[in-house]
Amino acid sequence: MKFTAPAEHNPIDQLKVVGHPHDRIDGRAKVTGTAAYAYERHQVAPQAAYGYMLGSAIAVGKITRLDTSQAEKAPGVLGVVTYKNAGRLKKSKSHASRLLAGPNVEHFDQAVALVVAETFEQAREGAKRLHIEYTSWPGRFDLAAEKVRAVPPKSNPMSGPPDTRVGDFESGFAQSPVQVDSTYTTPDQSHMMMEPHASIAAWHGDQLLVWTSNQMIAWAVRDLSETLSISPQKIHVSSPFIGGGFGGKLWIRADAVLAALGARLVKRPVKVALARHQIPNNTTHRPATIQRVRLGASKDGHIQAIAHDTTSGNLNGFREERAGSQSRLLYAGPNRLITHRLATLDLPEGNAMRAPGEAVGHLASEVALDELAVQLKMDPVELRLLNDIQFDPEKGPQRPFSSRKLKECLSEGARRFGWERRHPQPGQVREGNWLIGHGVASALRNSPTLESAARVRINSSGQLTVETDMTDIGTGSYTILAQTAAEMLGVPLHHVTVKLAESHFPVSCGSGGQFGGNSSCSGVYAACLRLRNALAHKAGWDVETTTFSDGHMSSAGQTRSLGEVAGPKGLSAQDKIEFGDSQKKWVQASFGAHFVELGVHRISGETRVRRLLGVFACGRILNPKTARSQLLGAMAMGLGAALMEGLAVDTRYGNFVNHDLAEYHVPVHADIPHTEVVILEELDDKSSPLKAKGVGELGICGLGAAIANAIYNATGVRLRDYPFTPDRLLSQLPPV
Amino acid sequence: MQSPWSRREFMATSAGLTGGLVASQLVSAPSPAEAVAQPTPAHYPVTLNLNGQTQTLELDARTSLLDALREHVHLTGTKKGCDHGQCGACTVLVNGRRINSCLTLAVMHQGDQITTIEGLGTPDNLHPMQKAFIRHDGFQCGYCTPGQICSAVGALSELEKGIPSHVTADLTGPIPVSQAELRERLSGNICRCGAYSNIIEAVTEVAGENG
Repeated sequence: MKFTAPAEHNPIDQLKVVGHPHDRIDGRAKVTGTAAYAYERHQVAPQAAYGYMLGSAIAVGKITRLDTSQAEKAPGVLGVVTYKNAGRLKKSKSHASRLLAGPNVEHFDQAVALVVAETFEQAREGAKRLHIEYTSWPGRFDLAAEKVRAVPPKSNPMSGPPDTRVGDFESGFAQSPVQVDSTYTTPDQSHMMMEPHASIAAWHGDQLLVWTSNQMIAWAVRDLSETLSISPQKIHVSSPFIGGGFGGKLWIRADAVLAALGARLVKRPVKVALARHQIPNNTTHRPATIQRVRLGASKDGHIQAIAHDTTSGNLNGFREERAGSQSRLLYAGPNRLITHRLATLDLPEGNAMRAPGEAVGHLASEVALDELAVQLKMDPVELRLLNDIQFDPEKGPQRPFSSRKLKECLSEGARRFGWERRHPQPGQVREGNWLIGHGVASALRNSPTLESAARVRINSSGQLTVETDMTDIGTGSYTILAQTAAEMLGVPLHHVTVKLAESHFPVSCGSGGQFGGNSSCSGVYAACLRLRNALAHKAGWDVETTTFSDGHMSSAGQTRSLGEVAGPKGLSAQDKIEFGDSQKKWVQASFGAHFVELGVHRISGETRVRRLLGVFACGRILNPKTARSQLLGAMAMGLGAALMEGLAVDTRYGNFVNHDLAEYHVPVHADIPHTEVVILEELDDKSSPLKAKGVGELGICGLGAAIANAIYNATGVRLRDYPFTPDRLLSQLPPV
Repeated sequence: MQSPWSRREFMATSAGLTGGLVASQLVSAPSPAEAVAQPTPAHYPVTLNLNGQTQTLELDARTSLLDALREHVHLTGTKKGCDHGQCGACTVLVNGRRINSCLTLAVMHQGDQITTIEGLGTPDNLHPMQKAFIRHDGFQCGYCTPGQICSAVGALSELEKGIPSHVTADLTGPIPVSQAELRERLSGNICRCGAYSNIIEAVTEVAGENG
């Protein structure tokens, strides 16, 4: 179906199943360890051999000697894949570099070999016996140094042109009596999902079967097809459980390709998991940014000029980090300039990580807002309320927001948090050795919608089966898709089975960009409408007058059970949702406000967050339990970005030094206080038939800025270089 | 415990396990031709009591307890997140105490009682901690979850036995089940989905039921 006009009243509005906080239907499998993740699928490939990847020891250069003989002689080793025997491999359009190096090397830890052996221990031992020599060439590893050579990147359909200009920023800024001009830096970050990238591959004749951990099944097929030069019809991908992705598993990585090559070489299935320490340098990361924000305002706090100039870098001039995205939309102001620049670096590929663009963009723009509030001597909540706008500030009133409750989020958050008790002067509240501060920030994350298909079957017992190649990366897809189908056909939730993430299922939107829940449920909605039609047709009834409830369908005084109508062979229906130009007509975004209370230790410079409150408005909430989890989980990741996360670049050798969980710090239990999440009532009829919006990435946007602002409130120290580890605070804290 | 092999053999195999691997990753200069073929690594029998059942395996001395569970017994509920004791996804209970199963070799566990997530409860017969995790949505992707649950069960047992932690104020009296205690004790179990707040609610609820 085509979604071309705002949704009217539809079966979802009954809210018998949708909108309720159902436990995850895959929960029992996950808490008992019976959900099988990619590397654990012994049943599909019982005789799989083990592959161990070796990555390049240099960043840029050439392999000058590659001796696999000792490895091949090692006990249990079945074969070694290198560029010499891999056949011709192409670089897919989704990748910045090739997934197997040789003879040239493009980045540190780029795969150079896969050793395949009978056991994991033997494969790992074999990798130690590879003898590889390199010639290393100089590379570009320092974003700050390369910034002068950065160029405007290409436009892209999702985020538009790299530069936008409205009014006359330069004059508007110059004439503003109150000005902020600050530069912020954010480091490279690693997704560090708990399940390392893993794949099992097997060949059945010329058919390639890959059991993997991937967010986008159809993209995985496409990219394997491009890389290996085989027809997509001959590739089968399966990924029913995914141990976290956050963007790091949007595209296939070396594990999938090497498993396929290894399986071809040794003529049996091969399984490959990346070692934790290979993830930062072998796979993708969120690129570092340098962001300059200029704000000009009148003395009463109305913003007159906004500029947000951002620079990021990437391998082979791949793609930029769109850190200025939210600055185009968040606040009013007649004169605007948003620019993105891209430097070429020889670090590993930078790519999407949870809320690409906005997550790090807010870390600059929402701190700049706080700096403006300080200059104005104005409450930062009040400043944000004053500059709210209900339409696209670049396009004008003809492009309104489909729904926007930023003001309500800020006001409700301030009320619940007790914001009025915050001390407006920094450094005034002390408890023992702890300096206490409070901070606020807004949150905006675009809510894209993508085409998504599904098939729904009903059997003679009235049991539904939903099939789509959608994935569940922890988001709750299994559960909300089941809720959608149950609501549409009027059956209880436990009468719905959801099967996901097989490439022979109808192609969905996949999981990413917080489009997954809204778009894939809309695909199931469309398929269910078809199934309702098919059932009504089979019963000989008019679908317009037929109601579906309690496992039955009724029309004109007659009632029959769904199973009986479906008959012994059952019925099946398939459709997809297409979204037309609704994203052009309306700006579609989710909103929120973060409130933080923290303490900074006046001697050690350590920051401890004590209270976290997020208030969000993101359309209809399909499942309050799983939606809340998405939001609070993203807030935890936002806390990590503010206080601890950062890949350290060794600019001599071009690698990320802290490449494991001992050195790349992510939040642990002790870092995260009880997290309060409030979701405001909202229906967005312009977004989808479900009237929902994106939830999964909103929570990370702005939280780190609220922490930065709270640290300023606690100490009077304005930090602009993330993350705010104690060493960065220590030298600036007032004398003890 | 009677070990079937000598300390010297252990040192040799465990050095090979880590040292050599790191070297080949970092050394780009020609390495000396020391890579002479070595004899097939030794295999040893080991008998484990796994979730109440005795299981005898013939294992490569280098096989971690984690890989023995996942790759040899196909108990894949125990997860490999880092293989270096940094994430806690591989937490199991050995003789009632929680450990990172990636940091111990399987052959060191002759006769040990090992409880994995599969031993705590099944989909049809959930352990109270598993029920609480579902009720409080104490997970998202589910990959750290078995480790969190095993760790939580182990942590509550440690609290009950009066084993103090870094945040315990009184080292001699009974230890209250506070959120600070739970957060401290579970900090070895990373959840990148960030379900921490819900996990603590789940564990607090079970602690209350136990108390």
